[in-house]
Amino acid sequence: MTVSVSAPPPPEVRRGEGNPWLRFGARRLARLLVSLLVLVTASFAMIHLIPGDPVRGALGPTAPAELVAARRQALGLDDPLLTQYARYLQGLLTGDLGTSLSSQLPVSDVVAQRLPATLQLAVLAFLAAVLVAIPLGVAMGVLTRRGHGRRTELAFTTGSIVVATVPDFLIGVGLVSVFGVGLGWLPGAGNDTAAAYVLPVIALAVGPAAILARIVRVEMVRVLEADFVRTARAKRLPARTIHLGHALPNAVTAALTLGGLLLGAMVAGTVLVENVFAWPGLGSTIVQSILTKDYPVVQAIVLVYGLGVLLVNTAVDIAIALLDPRSTIRED
Amino acid sequence: MPHRWSRVARSPLGLVATALLVAVAALAALGPVLWGDAAEAVDTGNILAGPSAAHWAGTDNLGRDILARVLVASRLSVVLALLAVAIAVVVGLLLGTAPFLLGRRAGRLVSAAVNTAVAFPGLLLALFFAVVFGVGETGAVLAIGLAGAPAFARLVHTLVSGVAARDFVAAARVAGVGRARILVRHVLPNIAEPLVVNATIGAGSALLSFAGLSFLGLGVQSPSFDWGRLLYDGAAALYLNPAAALAPGAAVLLAGLAFNLVGESVAKGLGIEGLGVAAAGRWVVPGGAAAPATAPDPAPAEVGEPADDVVLGVRDLAVSFPGPSGPVRPVRGVSFDVRRGEAVGIVGESGCGKSLTALAVTRLVDDDARVEATRLHLLGTDLRAAQTTADRRMLGTALAVVFQDPMTSLNPAHRIGAQLAEVATHHQGMTRGRAAARAVDRLDAVRIPDPGERARQYPHEFSGGMRQRAMIGMGLMGTPALIVADEPTTALDVTVQRQVLDLLSDVRASDAVALLLISHDVAVVGEVCDRVLVMYAGRIVEDLPAAELAGARHPYTRALVDAVPDMDTDLDEPLATIPGRPVDPADVPAGCAYAARCPLADARCRGEDPPLRADPHAPGRRVACWHAGEPLPPSRVVRADLVQSP
Ligand code: SF4
Repeated sequence: MTVSVSAPPPPEVRRGEGNPWLRFGARRLARLLVSLLVLVTASFAMIHLIPGDPVRGALGPTAPAELVAARRQALGLDDPLLTQYARYLQGLLTGDLGTSLSSQLPVSDVVAQRLPATLQLAVLAFLAAVLVAIPLGVAMGVLTRRGHGRRTELAFTTGSIVVATVPDFLIGVGLVSVFGVGLGWLPGAGNDTAAAYVLPVIALAVGPAAILARIVRVEMVRVLEADFVRTARAKRLPARTIHLGHALPNAVTAALTLGGLLLGAMVAGTVLVENVFAWPGLGSTIVQSILTKDYPVVQAIVLVYGLGVLLVNTAVDIAIALLDPRSTIRED
Repeated sequence: MPHRWSRVARSPLGLVATALLVAVAALAALGPVLWGDAAEAVDTGNILAGPSAAHWAGTDNLGRDILARVLVASRLSVVLALLAVAIAVVVGLLLGTAPFLLGRRAGRLVSAAVNTAVAFPGLLLALFFAVVFGVGETGAVLAIGLAGAPAFARLVHTLVSGVAARDFVAAARVAGVGRARILVRHVLPNIAEPLVVNATIGAGSALLSFAGLSFLGLGVQSPSFDWGRLLYDGAAALYLNPAAALAPGAAVLLAGLAFNLVGESVAKGLGIEGLGVAAAGRWVVPGGAAAPATAPDPAPAEVGEPADDVVLGVRDLAVSFPGPSGPVRPVRGVSFDVRRGEAVGIVGESGCGKSLTALAVTRLVDDDARVEATRLHLLGTDLRAAQTTADRRMLGTALAVVFQDPMTSLNPAHRIGAQLAEVATHHQGMTRGRAAARAVDRLDAVRIPDPGERARQYPHEFSGGMRQRAMIGMGLMGTPALIVADEPTTALDVTVQRQVLDLLSDVRASDAVALLLISHDVAVVGEVCDRVLVMYAGRIVEDLPAAELAGARHPYTRALVDAVPDMDTDLDEPLATIPGRPVDPADVPAGCAYAARCPLADARCRGEDPPLRADPHAPGRRVACWHAGEPLPPSRVVRADLVQSP
């Protein structure tokens, strides 16, 4: 078919100067650096914020004064604060996180040894949560779209609030009592076998999955009312394509923002779950170190957790920008 | 406010949660008094025992009764959680109102700090502060309180900004009232409600977090005990007596849920108000009395059997929605044909059912609507039947639909080219490559410059006019026999409207495509279409050739035509409108629906609904009026500014 051109269309206005992606990247990087600086400073300041002498606290009231003085010397706690800060930053850049007060091992070794188990747990739990929550949320969204499934909606909303309220460590304790102690099906401690991963991963994933599924449902219901979904229906696409191809990408963008916060919370959530399951990761170590006042280790692990959270948040922002290019321009 | 809060008690969930919360409060007050001695009674002959009649949840490592300890621990657990949440709210209020009090610069710094802190999970902050303040009760209260503060600060900041923008605050400022005074007198009272709701939810979270911290051994220390501490001891003996961990676990969970659910249901109770009004406004006007139980049946439609060249055949089409007092029928018996290559316009005021008619004949009405018709055929396919894959293919290629708002009708997450191409891959079996090439070709056909590059762009990079052209291009991916366009130019700039209308006309002319154009603008319809259907209150009241609009015979059509500004109209004056209100679909009067606004209305009009009949005085036309073509009394059109709203 040919259409004769009756009038030339007016020139279209294009917004913004330069590459929006570059500006987005620069902005995001600046934000990351500021947060990083705050994090590093906070972890440095931690040891100085503790009332009293941290070394005296760590060694106990009966330790000889010479030993305390020598430790303070070794940690450089008597130098001016700025010197200590500079040395701390320098150490971080060279991978030197200090020395553990209790084991005398380099803290970086402790972290390197403990980090993989924690990472595995967090990543597996996140994947499990996403793999359950998105299909569940989409299905619930389709079932409870406008004018449908009032009862289903009430049951799902109430159920998900209740499930999301249960803290991960309580789920953990419950799972161990039932499947570990009661039925004896799965190991309730350690990470020696593949089966040992099941309960900790479930304990960590359930709450976030419930929250995420709730958000995905609400977003799906909202998006299914959108005009572009009607356009997709007007194209007579199969229901599957309309729901998954057209509605889901728009529903997931908003869900991702909260999903990022959830993933950040899961990184921290490993602390409690690791302690339930005697999981040999950073979470067990930091609690032990807090109790034994091994401050260099505590400092380093807080830093690692914080860094993990920052990286997750940045990754989520980038993912959102890729999925929904409007957000890169909207921020201008 | 009290009656709004009391509404919570009426929802079943809120009722359960409130009862639970009252129980928790009673337990916290009475627990230590009633079971204090039992909780401390050591029985070394019976340590770490499982549940028994004497000890329902077993005993601990000193033989103390666990259930009694759980009941006693409720006071300390709740008190510590409330202290923590109080710290969070107070610090949150200080930080959150700082931007308002300190002005721009300092305020920005504070909110940047808050935003940075919010990015870190509460548990991580709590661990940080637990290290700084030391292990123990006091340290844990401070840690959980401060860890919760950033979230409250952000909430307060958002709420304060919302209220600060309102008129009465601006007025107070102009009057020279100090910022601190404005904050206390005007702002805080207005944010109290959401703050209390969130503090309630926050108390639940604090309770659970505190249990977590004590469970790690960083909170309450022996010999004191809260639920978390009991969990810590119980988890150590999990293999001997699971009940020792499950009992405090259940307690902390129930108490946490009580706070959370009460908060959530109050929030929902307060939020529902706005939603309810919006939902009710859609089809049913508030206060709308009972829908006509005796809704008149579709008038006998005097349209014969459809001829061979009919693309779209519609007989007795009715659309109804479930309403609070029975079904509401915004479309009440519409019959018409669209012939091959013919351009038919449907015109009428908003709410007359014209858009719904378009959605119904394209099978795109919302799921909760009920569509009935004695005939609904597109190219010989019965649209009333369940759609097979073949039907969908036919509809996807032969029927093009253009919607009112091009800003929202394209998927923001997909490239324009892909949105066009998927029609071809789904319905025409094209490969992705060929479909993409066809999409570029179609964009070119609808006069999108640089179509190759434009196809790779997203809708937000298109202007409104270009998006509407892309929508038309999408319809041209197949070989449409009919384009249904629902107010295709209403959302566009005046300069672009003309281009889109021209494009529609050109598309039609070049390929003999039929057009069903829905518009509120009788001038646009008169110009673009061959035939015009005038709709009022869900019915067609007149059907006539566009060229004969000046000789319309129905009083409503004549009023519409008279309201069109012509060369003599002073453009500075407000547009003319028809006096009176359109009919509420939930409350259609008996007799002629137009009678209330019609200058020719008489007793017969008010009693008997005129059917749509072939007009004996004008062959080929249809009209539904007892007094069609009779002379009207003068000055029946009033300027908009003179119309009194009833
Ligand atoms: S039937 Fe009567 S009330 Fe209705 S339009 Fe005709 S004259 Fe007016």
